[in-house]
Formats: sequence, C-alpha cells, structure tokens
Amino acid sequence: MINYAQRLGANAIDSFATAGRAAILLFRSIIRWPSLKDLYLTYIQLHSIGVQSLLIIAVSGLFIGMVLGLQGYTTLVKFGAESSLGPLVALSIVRELGPVVAALLFAGRAGSALTAEIGLMKATEQLASMEMMAVNPLHRIIAPRLFAGIIAMPLLASIFSAVAILGGSVVGVNWLGVDSGGFWSSMQSTVDWNNDVLNGIIKSVVFGFFVTWIAVFRGYDTVPTSEGISRSTTQTVVHASLAILALDFLLTALMFGEIV
Amino acid sequence: MNRRQTEITIGLFLIFGMLAIAVLALKVSNIADSGTKDTYQITASFDNVGGLKVRSPIRMGGVLVGRVADISLDNQTLSPIVTMAIFSKYDELPTETSASILTAGLLGEQYLSLSPGGDDEVLVDGDEIEDTQSALVIEELVGKFLFNDSSDDL
Repeated sequence: MINYAQRLGANAIDSFATAGRAAILLFRSIIRWPSLKDLYLTYIQLHSIGVQSLLIIAVSGLFIGMVLGLQGYTTLVKFGAESSLGPLVALSIVRELGPVVAALLFAGRAGSALTAEIGLMKATEQLASMEMMAVNPLHRIIAPRLFAGIIAMPLLASIFSAVAILGGSVVGVNWLGVDSGGFWSSMQSTVDWNNDVLNGIIKSVVFGFFVTWIAVFRGYDTVPTSEGISRSTTQTVVHASLAILALDFLLTALMFGEIV
Repeated sequence: MNRRQTEITIGLFLIFGMLAIAVLALKVSNIADSGTKDTYQITASFDNVGGLKVRSPIRMGGVLVGRVADISLDNQTLSPIVTMAIFSKYDELPTETSASILTAGLLGEQYLSLSPGGDDEVLVDGDEIEDTQSALVIEELVGKFLFNDSSDDL
C-alpha cells in the first residue's frame, strides 16, 4: 500500500517535472530579440517540415474528400437532398477533418522526424559541442523548427481542405451528376468565412504549435541512446495525436458549441 | 539538393498554401457578403418566431437584403422581437413593408421575407415594422385541422 502510494507520487512528480521542462524549453527558446538570421533559419526549416509533408497531406486530402462525396451522396440521395452535398462536404472538411487529419498526418510525418533529428543531435553530442562554441542550441536548433511548424501547419491544413473539397466535387459533380451550380452555390451560402474557415485555420495554428512543441521537447529531452531515441519518437506521435484530438474537442466546444 | 533548389521549393510551398486559403475564401465561403458590411437596424414583433435564428437570411423577392441580428422577448408584451440588420444599399424600403417568417422548401431553414408596401416614406434605423405574419408551426396546423375536422362531423 505504502509502496503503491510512493509509486503514484513518483509518477506525479515525474510528469510535473516533464511539463515544467517543456515549458522552460519553450520560453528559453522563443523569448529573446529576434534577428534576421533567425528568419532565414526558420525559412529553411519550412523545407523539411512543410514541403516534405505536402505530398502526403495533398493525397490524403484528395481521397478523404472523394470518400466524403461518395458517402454523403448515397445517404443524401435517399432523401432527395443531394443538392446539400456541397455544404456537407465543405463544412465537415473546413471545420473538422481538414485541421484534425492534417495535424495527425503532420505529427506522424514531420513531428517524428523532428524528434529523431534532435534526439540524434543530442546522442551524438552535437548540441553539447554547439554550446562549447557559444552557440545556444535552443536558439539555433529549437526555435526555428518551432516557428516553422506554426507557420507550416495552417498552410498544410488549408491545402488539405482545398484539395479535399475539390475531390468531393469531382466525385459529386463529375461522377455522380450532382448539379454543379447547386453544389457550389449552396456551399458558398452555407460556409461562412469567419465562423467556419477562419476557425478552422485558428485550430490548425494551435495544433501546429502543440505538435511541434511536443516534437522538439521529446527530441531535446530524450535519453541519448538509440533505444531512447526510438522511445521518444513513439512518444511524440502518441502524445501529439492525443493532444490534437483532445484540443480539437475543446476548441470545437468553444467555437461552435454555444456553451458560453 | 542545393540551397537554391531548397529555397525555391519552400517559396512554391508558401505560394500553394496562400492559394489554398484564397480558394477557401473565394470559392468555398461567402466572404463576399460576410464581414463588416454597412447595415441599419429595424425591428418587428411577432407572435411566434418558430425556428428563426440569429444570422438567418432576410429576403425580399428572393434577394438577400440582410440578416437577423437579434431575437429577444419583450418583457411587457411577452412577444418575440426580431432585430434585423438590413444592408445599407437597400435603404428605400417603404414604411408599410410587411414581414413574414417563411420556410425554404418543405423541411428547409426558416427565413424572414419582406414584401414592400406602397408608402412614400422609407424605413430608417430604429424603425419598427407593424405588419407581421408569424411562423407556421406544423404541430399547431395539424392540431387545428384535426379539431376542425372532428367538429364538422359532429
């Protein structure tokens, strides 16, 4: 019994300490005077974080949009309401599927790569040797990746949404014969820029921040062995995915839930 | 991959992202008629607003002329008051204009329909529409129909 209580206490202290280390990492890396060099480093990081995630995001978006068009049509046509296919596809993608699925893919594709990269830098003592040369690795390595993630995520989510809606329209209009004018005009009259599109973009910014934060922290905090790196990479994907889904519920409740 | 190629691909990525946001703004959403458009407000009191909601469309002859800004209950008369935000470019509505709550299609959303009157004076900010017709509530209709039907038989 005493042993059990002790283990529980140790776990609790451990998770609080981890959260504290993550917060310290965040503040130490982003709070300082920015310079032009940082801008360039961030820009270059967009390549591994944004550009290389583009293909998987676009292809997944296309197929998810097409499936949504197909499923929505088979259900709606029973009620003779296939003209509502446009709003159905656009609202579900812009509000939920776009930000969430893009962020999950982003965590799997870019987050795990970030953790492995930074973890390996730590294991091979590159971070320590940077400090020897009076270069702060938090500023040189962590901060540009963090900002690149926050910039790339909304762009990736928007690309996902746009491609998915196009996919839905290809299936709905070109294959199943929903009227093209009705599809787009009912979509435009239902989807609102502030309420729907902008809230989706805000969601993806929040997801981008948390996914990259978790990824760089797990990499920086890793046990510097090959086993430690593999565990950190797994933890990044698992924790980031759970964080995305939980945050999505919170944000949806705040934005659309009318709880307030 | 050399530095130049990297920078080019990143630039393309940024352009694609912006394009996607532009597509979402222009093709998917109704950014054209949302946002801070100039409106003026008029009110109307109904017996029953049915399923009318805030932001429901207000149409005149089928054309969108504004949106419902607020729905509240008047404390004195205990009847619902609908505040309408009408786009400023439609500022020639006569004071005799009547308002009725209609349904788009059999099961569609409810909207507020205005029909113009013949008066020379026009509605300005803060005016009230006197001539209103409440929403049709299906249950009440069915109830009335059943009641009338059985009373005829007796």
